[in-house]
Amino acid sequence: MSRIDRRFAALKATHRTGLIPFVTAGDPSPQHMVALMHALVDAGADLIELGVPFSDPMADGPVIQHASERAIAKGVGLNEVLAWVAAFRQLDTDTPIVLMGYLNSVEIHGYARFAQEAVQAGVDGLLLVDCPLEESAVLRPLRDAGLQQILLAAPTTAPARMAQLCGSAEGFLYYVSFAGITGAAHLSTGDIAARVADIRAHAKAPVAVGFGIRDAASAKAIAGFADAVVIGSALVERLAGATDAEEIAVRVRAFLTPIRTALDAH
Amino acid sequence: MNKIVDFNAFPDAYGRFGNYGGSYVAETLMAPLAELTEAYLRLREDPAFIAELDHDLKHYVGRPSPIYHAERLSQHVGGARILFKREDLNHTGAHKINNTVGQALVAKRMGKPRIIAETGAGQHGVASATVAARLGLKCVVYMGAVDIERQKINVYRMKLLGAEVVPVTSGSKTLKDALNEAMRDWVTNVTDTFYIIGTVAGPHPYPLMVRDFNAIVGREARAQMLEEYGRLPDVLTACVGGGSNAIGLFHAFLNDADVRIVGAEAAGEGIATGHHAASLAAGRPGVLHGNRTYVLCDDNGQITETHSISAGLDYPGVGPEHAFLKDVGRAEYVGITDDEAMEAFHLLARQEGILAALESSHAVAQAIKLAREMPKDGIVLCNLSGRGDKDVHTIAAREGVQV
Ligand SMILES: Cc1ncc(COP(=O)(O)O)c(C=O)c1O
Repeated sequence: MSRIDRRFAALKATHRTGLIPFVTAGDPSPQHMVALMHALVDAGADLIELGVPFSDPMADGPVIQHASERAIAKGVGLNEVLAWVAAFRQLDTDTPIVLMGYLNSVEIHGYARFAQEAVQAGVDGLLLVDCPLEESAVLRPLRDAGLQQILLAAPTTAPARMAQLCGSAEGFLYYVSFAGITGAAHLSTGDIAARVADIRAHAKAPVAVGFGIRDAASAKAIAGFADAVVIGSALVERLAGATDAEEIAVRVRAFLTPIRTALDAH
Repeated sequence: MNKIVDFNAFPDAYGRFGNYGGSYVAETLMAPLAELTEAYLRLREDPAFIAELDHDLKHYVGRPSPIYHAERLSQHVGGARILFKREDLNHTGAHKINNTVGQALVAKRMGKPRIIAETGAGQHGVASATVAARLGLKCVVYMGAVDIERQKINVYRMKLLGAEVVPVTSGSKTLKDALNEAMRDWVTNVTDTFYIIGTVAGPHPYPLMVRDFNAIVGREARAQMLEEYGRLPDVLTACVGGGSNAIGLFHAFLNDADVRIVGAEAAGEGIATGHHAASLAAGRPGVLHGNRTYVLCDDNGQITETHSISAGLDYPGVGPEHAFLKDVGRAEYVGITDDEAMEAFHLLARQEGILAALESSHAVAQAIKLAREMPKDGIVLCNLSGRGDKDVHTIAAREGVQV
């Protein structure tokens, strides 16, 4: 059983909704990245999504674009991200880590090399925004090394394709709550509920819902029907500009605690 | 070169040209791309659609464009005959209209009321705004803030045509960022919006569809060569930004193994300086904007900023079919510097009375280089992809002239 599978099994056993914060690796501060990851766990994160900064984040809105630009300007690349995961793993061997990003980062690093280094660092899964199922043959070495490919499903996904995604999902299936980019604000829970219920009935893996969740209220609304919620832009925005570990931890706590509480009260 | 390759067999059903191409996009776009692929594959065989397209190309664009023997230029160079395929004579002044007329008809058939486009030099933006106006469709054009500054005339033309021009301030503020922003718009407005990509890049079916719509250039040129010269040219050349005018000229000749094919990329200040946009000559295989192709990037996979005097060539990727043609050895790709393009621009102006676009001036420079090394009875056919009216401010500024 993978670390991700174990974590979702534990959530299920305790009837809790998973909390998955997303942060852009290297933002707000490369020096305090490992501290930030621990702070996320201390504030209730069940799994961490770490964004690998990419120069051309086609599926991201301005908040994550700017966070990526800041991180890239500070020289952050895959090597740094993997080093932070390895450092985090010295103290935390339970919290699953999923890298989220774009295929070119891995392609240029080299698939086989990446697979080996990522597993060694303690990465559990990979969510590549621009690598749909049809193109994932290149990820073979990653899967062979034990990394789980987190697939996305969207409101536009046609039924036949959804069945295919449900059948191939591993780790968890990430349902994008609306057609759009990260950081956009609209969330209509009614439509999502029906779709997610249908996916959960068919998917081999748990379903996390992301896009448009930005606070306790929106998280709670989703918690009624999802296995986990992903919160990205709102958190990245809140962290921007924090310069020391203490400040980062304070902001993480202030942001995530009400969300954790709302999820657990559900 | 492997002569058994039938170049008409590409791309395959997944949009792959050998190792290149494909659909590397967010899940949300898989459905609209499938819908577009299905519609386009049907329409490209549909006689009514083909007839409507042919009609528009003839009566609205002004096709066929002639091939023109540049006698004085050829004499001046002192080598082979240089012929130009005159895409600069098309309505709106470049080959870009071939593609937008075609895609707009697809949009109309698919019932999409809103058009979006990205643009670098502004030629594709103008060509998109033009067809949108003609069909009564709403049009939004994304353009890098840097490009808006250096292509002011085209920005104003788009506005006159009723389009909204949205400045893009992310990343390097040029063509690649405009493409990112257009993709973000599309993913947000999938139901009512048709994205007209301006070159043979992007996810499947764009490299196929844009190539098909521009392939009229090569089909005409091939027939004109046989009719007017009784033979095919010895060598073809065209500038390569994303690669649409180049593949447009090349495609009809790909199976003519004796016709040499040379693409001219923007070498900017020289490939050795790092300030260039020569993805094929100096890049490596990677994934950008929905397809696998040659890209300019660093060891972290970050796409690098490019430089070219011509906004339309200032792009860190290239259409996947060109990547394939390079790897199988069917076409060669070389760099032309800003200075070489400028020199060719002036030479063509003075020898032939033609102001070429800065993009096209790269092809002219390459045609001159090729002709110089060839016997007098040889023929170089060069795609003059567009006219230079849009570039006069850039040229004046570079040469310290106040207009
Ligand atoms: C006149 C002209 N030629 C060439 C290009 C480059 O595009 P492509 O390589 O797709 O032909 C442009 C792009 O704006 C252009 O305006």
